[in-house]
Amino acid sequence: MEILATIWFVLIVVLWMGYLLLDGFDLGVGMMMPFLSRSERSKRVLLNSIGPVWEGNEVWLITAAGAMFAAFPHWYASLFSALYIPLTVCLLALIFRAVAIEYRGKGHSEKWKAFWTWALAVGSAGTAFCIGAMLALTTIGLPLNDHGDMIGGAFAWMSWPALVGGLGGLGFSLAHGLIFLGLKTQGEVRARSRRWAGRIMLPAAIPFLIWFAFSITQRTWLVIPVLIAIAALIFAFVAVRAGAEKRAFILHGIYLIAGLAAVFAGVFPNVLPSTIDPANSLTIAAASSSDYTLNVMLIVTIVILPIIIAYQIFSYRMFLGRIAETHIPEAHKLPVAIRS
Amino acid sequence: MELDPVLIGRWQFGITTVYHFWMVPLTLGLGMLVAVLQTIYHRTGNEVYLRSTKFFGKLFLINFIMGVATGLVQEFQFGMAWSEYSRFVGDVFGAPLALEALLAFFLESTFLGLWIFGWGRLPRAVHLGSLWLAVIGTWISAYFIIVANSWMQHPVGVEMVDGRPVMTDVWAVLGNNTAVAAFTHTIFGALAVGGSFLLGISWYHLYHRRKAGIDTVGADGKVIVGSSKELPGRDKTDHAVWIKSLRIGAIVGVLAFAGVSITGDVQAKLMFDQQPMKMASAEAACHDGTQFSVLTIADPSSNDCDGVQNIFEIPGLLSFLANGDFDTPVHGVTTLLPEYQERYGTHIPDDPRYGDHAGEPIDYQPIMIVTYWGFRMMIGFGALAAGVCVIGLWLARKGTVPESKWLSRGFVLAITAPFLANSAGWIFTEMGRQPFVVAPNPAQLDGVYMYTQAALSPEVTPAMLLFSLISLTSVYGILMVVELRLITKYVKGGVASAMPELDQTNTKPTITDNGDDVLSFAY
Repeated sequence: MEILATIWFVLIVVLWMGYLLLDGFDLGVGMMMPFLSRSERSKRVLLNSIGPVWEGNEVWLITAAGAMFAAFPHWYASLFSALYIPLTVCLLALIFRAVAIEYRGKGHSEKWKAFWTWALAVGSAGTAFCIGAMLALTTIGLPLNDHGDMIGGAFAWMSWPALVGGLGGLGFSLAHGLIFLGLKTQGEVRARSRRWAGRIMLPAAIPFLIWFAFSITQRTWLVIPVLIAIAALIFAFVAVRAGAEKRAFILHGIYLIAGLAAVFAGVFPNVLPSTIDPANSLTIAAASSSDYTLNVMLIVTIVILPIIIAYQIFSYRMFLGRIAETHIPEAHKLPVAIRS
Repeated sequence: MELDPVLIGRWQFGITTVYHFWMVPLTLGLGMLVAVLQTIYHRTGNEVYLRSTKFFGKLFLINFIMGVATGLVQEFQFGMAWSEYSRFVGDVFGAPLALEALLAFFLESTFLGLWIFGWGRLPRAVHLGSLWLAVIGTWISAYFIIVANSWMQHPVGVEMVDGRPVMTDVWAVLGNNTAVAAFTHTIFGALAVGGSFLLGISWYHLYHRRKAGIDTVGADGKVIVGSSKELPGRDKTDHAVWIKSLRIGAIVGVLAFAGVSITGDVQAKLMFDQQPMKMASAEAACHDGTQFSVLTIADPSSNDCDGVQNIFEIPGLLSFLANGDFDTPVHGVTTLLPEYQERYGTHIPDDPRYGDHAGEPIDYQPIMIVTYWGFRMMIGFGALAAGVCVIGLWLARKGTVPESKWLSRGFVLAITAPFLANSAGWIFTEMGRQPFVVAPNPAQLDGVYMYTQAALSPEVTPAMLLFSLISLTSVYGILMVVELRLITKYVKGGVASAMPELDQTNTKPTITDNGDDVLSFAY
């Protein structure tokens, strides 16, 4: 009976991997908006490099949360209520990120553009930090009582995993975004992104590597995926230095996948350990929905997920090709048909 | 003062949900209308429809993103603030949410991205198809979320195992008659919003064309269409954009009202059967009877039947709404109350999971003033919107609108009527579900219900709830102002605001040195 719950655990981990891999670079690009270049055209190159795809990428987050609710309601309930304050911040960050992408170009004053540039950067950074912290906390644990509720007040989640995961989420997204920009843009933006990526990607990876390495304390053989993650990271770094952008992007993805695989394999069969008493830890068996629900959801997922991946690939292929400043049309002055 | 976390949690959920549902009906309704406009353009090649597609498409996108951004809050807050609820219903309630993401959100967001950036890039049929898939995605998402909500109104397809409902029949959940009725009702309500939006904005533009002296009327009152050299995009085709959009909007508005009336009647009959207390409370029907209340007043400080005075009633109408005849009495609050008390008890169980509410007497009667007036505002604003559509069609029959500032203001203001009707309807039906978060289904599954007091996250404190209530409400407030100002700005820009090529004063797009065209659309 636990086979179904295990499959769903794996699927949810895959959804979180998908979210970090895809929206990760959107968040990194968003964070770089105020910093990569001062010129308005360069900023618009950044924005348009993620413009057509970011929303589809964000749906991986919605699906991951929805799948947790459906497949492991107790996991969803315990984790989300424990992280009430940081998730509120996360939601505000996600709201500003989304609205900034759509609204920044629709106003015409300098102040308007500067406001949304920073809203996008802060929103992206806040999202990356909170999601990273949340994933680290769910694998390392929270002070849960025997009902599965966090005790100790609104800030009892504050701990080294929250910091490590949060900084790791920031670092990964930033590096991933810069590598993506190297892959997706042309000209000045491409050159700068490559330089930045080469400089920051190793230090930015330190927090995640600490988190990944923690899994070895749970199961010694997980040293293998952790070593794979480290190797992929180093090769990604070499590829960035060599200007092999596609290879760098793929290797940086492998680094994340191997690392997250180690982390979640380490915590299995727990989904949310209790730091107070191991007896209070939520396991896949205790947290999961009925077999019937898991079965229904699995059938739908098996049918629909390949279709989703197919049309997301189609969408990426449609917007294949590098974006340069010369591709960016003149920002059009908004005409006024009605003057009153 | 002792703050009641349940009350703050409910305010927080109510505010974020009503706000989210200002964006949603416009997305559902306007999206469909834009897809229809682009389809007509695709079929006929008539530039009028290209322009209306681009113009209303731009407004659609300004609004769409707010729906996306505020929708995330909806999905997260079940777990954040209502973890006991999430634990109780997760087996059956989480599934439609996950299905919504898988089947709807991926579709709408991916294909909307293709549509936004695909102008001139995708083959035309593929580009049109992308919009349709995105719009279908929004409708699918509406269905799944209403399935989830309807399960709270009328639980089906489960059995109780260890004190929790466990799904046994997904088809019963997906095919819940409450969901089918609520979905169709919601879709027609959304089309009414889209129709009024087209009507109000087109009216505004036709009025300003007249005011600027571009269009005039002849002796027979028929329009003489002109064109302006100074105002960008104000040519003869521009007039056709507005008059056609006005008519399409008004006709859709009227048809949508017919749709909401029929589906609303089906829904009401189901509700009399499934949630009799909600309907009795909506009618301020204290005693059994057949009469429909046109006006009832009561002392707003109390919620009991003693202070209720029925001023004017229509005999037989309530029975007709409930049963389709004129003489079967409908049960009133005083009859229903003892039935509920006998079935579900008079006091909340003395169990720690109810917190401070343990052992309190249960008030089975929803707040009557909210349900009564919510129900009437829904119907009233809905009918008003439809009436405005009929008047608009008549007044614009000769090809333009009267040159009246007040009429123009009135038609713009009337855009809000179907929004208010939608909000009032949801407030009525959600407040009318109280004191239950999952209402009982006495006919089929009597044991499955949950009091709202038991649904809150046990360790979440009033201060935490207040933090999110205040921060979200203020951010929502600011973003509402921003959205409305952007919409106003783009409306005032006219079609040229969405089609820079119409504006002669704009610089022409440049061709890049390596021969690639500039993007036809860029943020």
